[in-house]
Amino acid sequence: MTRKLENIVIQTVSRLLAPFLQIYALYVIAHGHYSPGGGFQGGCILAASFILLVIAYDINAVKSRMSEKINTLYTGAGVFIYAGIGLLCLLLGANYLDYGILHKILPVGPVKARAMGTLGVEIGVGLAVMAVMVSIFLNIASGGRHEEGAVE
Amino acid sequence: MKIFALIAVILTGAALIYSTFDMPDWGDPASPANTHVSPRYIEKTIEETATPNAVTSLLADYRGFDTLGETTVIFTAGIVCIMLLRRYEND
Amino acid sequence: MELIIAKYNYWIYIMLMMIGFYAMIAKKNLVKKLVGMNIFQTAIILFFVSTASKKGGATIPIIHKGQEIINPAHYMNPLPHVLMLTAIVVMVSTFGVALALAIMIYKKYKTLEEDEIIEILRNRR
Repeated sequence: MTRKLENIVIQTVSRLLAPFLQIYALYVIAHGHYSPGGGFQGGCILAASFILLVIAYDINAVKSRMSEKINTLYTGAGVFIYAGIGLLCLLLGANYLDYGILHKILPVGPVKARAMGTLGVEIGVGLAVMAVMVSIFLNIASGGRHEEGAVE
Repeated sequence: MKIFALIAVILTGAALIYSTFDMPDWGDPASPANTHVSPRYIEKTIEETATPNAVTSLLADYRGFDTLGETTVIFTAGIVCIMLLRRYEND
Repeated sequence: MELIIAKYNYWIYIMLMMIGFYAMIAKKNLVKKLVGMNIFQTAIILFFVSTASKKGGATIPIIHKGQEIINPAHYMNPLPHVLMLTAIVVMVSTFGVALALAIMIYKKYKTLEEDEIIEILRNRR
């Protein structure tokens, strides 16, 4: 099921476009407070930059840049960051996921600490969504065997 | 065979359209969805959370527990896809 | 006549739901059934988001800067948007797992048509 598509225009353009996609995805995650965006949207755009490289090149070119082990670690790290911030609020004395108590360790007021807690939680969500999207695409497009190559 | 499916679909569609006669009009400012709890969220979102985007402050602060369950759902879907499909050649 | 003008947004999305529902129960290929399920879920999401609008010039729910008194009639209802973000993620997860199961069925039975799979299962006994 492999037919390697060697088109020089597609490969050059997608290689040039991938860093700009990643910076735009980080912008969408960080500006979720002031414009439409947030964790889920930025995570999908970040995954789209990797999937574009898989479509233009093949799977081994992308796996040399982000290995499968690191990708699976990112899925757990995203959920861990989210639950960890909630647990930190519990250890400091307030309810679970009550971000107002974070003003004891951050140098801001209690109202701004809620915005900082929201930002940390969105980073965790974006990381988890990115890693799961790339992982589902790699497994379904190659049928489970990554060495035989992806969809043409 | 497909004629039975068509009859079932038409009957379901007619029942759903009949049930929309009781729903509020499109864009009604006094409907129950628009006056129950969301005016409180819109009025208090800047003075309580310092976030102008009402959707993000609702998603991650007022209803943050649902988003935790949501992240667990997508994590489970990723793990299930790896477990079902991944085969290694050298085993 | 004013009944149609007042509620035509619900009727459009009910028609889209019925198209997806027909594809789920009448087609024989497994992937076509999954595409019908996806159309059905998308129609439900759009149905909920369409209940969030308000007449009289309401804008997107991002509060403008430097306002003393915030009037909720100027902004759309943010609550259906929030609930539908969760629904979109559930849609993607269900579709991913369903496609993985379809790949496993193809590897075992070498076909994706529903009646051929039932024939193979019936002849196996």
